[in-house]
Amino acid sequence: MKNVAKARLATAWLDGCSGCHMSLLDIDELLLTLAGKVTIVFGPLVDAQHFPEGVDVALVEGAVSSQDDLKLAQAIRERSKVVVALGDCAVTSNVPSMRNTIAPSRLLERVYVSGVDLHPGVPEEGVPKLLRAATPLHEVIKVDVHVPGCPPSAAAIAHVVTELLAGRKPELAGTAVKFG
Amino acid sequence: MPNRISIRIDGELVQGERGQTIFEAAQSNGKFIPGLCQFKGLSTVGACRLCIVEVQGVNRLIPSCTTPAQDGMAVITRSARLNEYRKQALELLFAEKNHVCAVCVSNNHCELQAYAQRLGVTNVRYAYRYPKLPVDMSHPRFVIDHNRCVLCTRCVRVCNEVEGAYVWGVASRGVGSRIACEMDRAWGSASSCTNCGKCVQVCPTGALAEKGFAAEEMIKRQDMVERLATIRGVMQPGGAR
Repeated sequence: MKNVAKARLATAWLDGCSGCHMSLLDIDELLLTLAGKVTIVFGPLVDAQHFPEGVDVALVEGAVSSQDDLKLAQAIRERSKVVVALGDCAVTSNVPSMRNTIAPSRLLERVYVSGVDLHPGVPEEGVPKLLRAATPLHEVIKVDVHVPGCPPSAAAIAHVVTELLAGRKPELAGTAVKFG
Repeated sequence: MPNRISIRIDGELVQGERGQTIFEAAQSNGKFIPGLCQFKGLSTVGACRLCIVEVQGVNRLIPSCTTPAQDGMAVITRSARLNEYRKQALELLFAEKNHVCAVCVSNNHCELQAYAQRLGVTNVRYAYRYPKLPVDMSHPRFVIDHNRCVLCTRCVRVCNEVEGAYVWGVASRGVGSRIACEMDRAWGSASSCTNCGKCVQVCPTGALAEKGFAAEEMIKRQDMVERLATIRGVMQPGGAR
């Protein structure tokens, strides 16, 4: 087999439940094909600490909810050719957005102070500041492909990744892909 | 046959009845036009703008559910232009309230969600508003969640026109509009509600639901309400009383 240059694939986990990553792992035997075609250079599945340069495809799960999410989203956009909003949280802000009608200070007070008996206090060290609202990815950076679903089916992810690696823009209209 | 009219729908010559709307004429000929606020047997309001069509000789797009079909009319129900406007209308509905499909009682049984899928809406281009909206759980059997309401007013019309109880109305204006019970009372304290549940069954989303269902479990039964709405002796073509 010829040694062709592998595509550089990154995944990212912002404000989400990691269900989209589970669905990515659920593409079964396509994982073997993928392993021959891509190197995973960033994400919860590998050990990289910083988002690298020269990424071909970035699959981004989760809404943009904190300062860290925002910084990572911006780095992803700067360093990736194709950015995919993967799943409803990245596409619509979904469940994370259910906090958006409550000011972050009130929310944290309710959860970490008035809502607990032991050691009340809002954690400040080692955790990023919450943004005023959790927003979809495309409200902070340009997104090339939206894949809704909670989570998107393994078939949808397989279709999107296969099409992108073949250099085509995946067409999702008229398929089983939907919100929720 | 003076009551028969001929119209052309997407190039095909079809027969309709005088008094039918374009939507009804298309439907009776097996032609699909999307519509969220339309409900068979109820009056029409043209609220959702999904049923817009192109009519030859008319510059603007026309809501087919409120426009009478006329003899000799040529109607286009499917085009790239129509699809784009329909998608915009849907996206504005999604951006306006808090539609979180994943945790909704009506997930996978929702007309709004189904149209988004059918028309190819994979994301919403407008900024979400995230309004703070109430959920009224005061009724013993039903719940109204304003976060999921698309203001189609099917509930208002079915209560007025079929049940005759006049419980529901629309309060406020513009983007602040919302469905209100009686003179804006809690549903549980409504004196005119007969607890019939027709409003719940006709609701296209999870805004009106029966209590006791978790996410994805609320399946509406619209066939019986549709039958009740259409068998009345006073039923006129085009709905209404």
